[in-house]
Amino acid sequence: MRRHLVTALLVLGVVALFAVPLLLGGESDYAGSDSQATELIEDSGYQPWFESVFSPGSSEIESGLFALQAAVGGGVLGYVLGRLRGRRTAEQAAGRRSPTDQP
Amino acid sequence: MHIAEGFLPPAHAIGWTVAAAPFVVHGARAVVREVREHPESTLLLGAAGAFTFVLSAIKLPSVTGSSSHPTGTGVGAILFRPPVMALLGTVVLLFQAMLLAHGGLTTLGANAFSMAVVGPWAGYGAYRLTRRLGGGLLGGVFAGMALADLATYVTTALQLALAFPDAESGFAGAAGKFLGVFAVTQVPLAIGEGLLGVLLFRVLTTSARPELERLGVLARNPRDTPTEERR
Repeated sequence: MRRHLVTALLVLGVVALFAVPLLLGGESDYAGSDSQATELIEDSGYQPWFESVFSPGSSEIESGLFALQAAVGGGVLGYVLGRLRGRRTAEQAAGRRSPTDQP
Repeated sequence: MHIAEGFLPPAHAIGWTVAAAPFVVHGARAVVREVREHPESTLLLGAAGAFTFVLSAIKLPSVTGSSSHPTGTGVGAILFRPPVMALLGTVVLLFQAMLLAHGGLTTLGANAFSMAVVGPWAGYGAYRLTRRLGGGLLGGVFAGMALADLATYVTTALQLALAFPDAESGFAGAAGKFLGVFAVTQVPLAIGEGLLGVLLFRVLTTSARPELERLGVLARNPRDTPTEERR
């Protein structure tokens, strides 16, 4: 029970950490820090000397590809955690059936 | 921490590529050795890579009114030691450079150096130090994850300051400028990443106990591990 409470508090903490800036931010447009740095460099008159080999056609396609990246990662992570949990459940079931096998 | 394509002068681009390459090659060999000697590690290796994959795809708002993304390299560094993340982190960066126009091939070396080399090593150092000082597994995980994230962005700021020193105040002035963009924004994200790491390791300590014991993350005797006391 206590374990679940700690988990819930941790999740709540993560959500709050990113929800609070959004609520307090007001008019801010949350530009990416990467692009802010790029602007700083361009302001100094620097011209990039190489272009990306492939650029997503629009910001919609770009965010779709980012979503794809997160989905692939989340899928693999979920698969691994699910397998590990399933293995543990199976071990516990096997342990109950034949307690003599347990050390 | 992605330095955009073409945004490092050629000499710097080559220099950072040369600096990062041995770490990545060494990391690739570490991954191959780990999988060959301990095939049962493949699952957790996949989890470490997947964690970095998810976290580096998500841009999160910060108190500074700008947004940034975590790196997620701490998990693999803590589980398998930092060299493994030199490869996994670089794979993520390569994916983003090729398909998302995020980062770039000319800046891959610099970005790999910050996210796949400095971040994991700094995080691993913080993890070991916290555990030695009696912070326990989860305390160590929090410190390691947060510092791996923060150190990556500090490195990027210093790399940019080195390439674009301020006309008047030189390297120090430029470093202050770029740290202002990256480091402050990153603090809440680093804390959030630390909390996510604690969540993940709470699951792993129950479900993957044999692996964590073999990797030396958990002590062999389950009765005197820090996580047991915390429950």
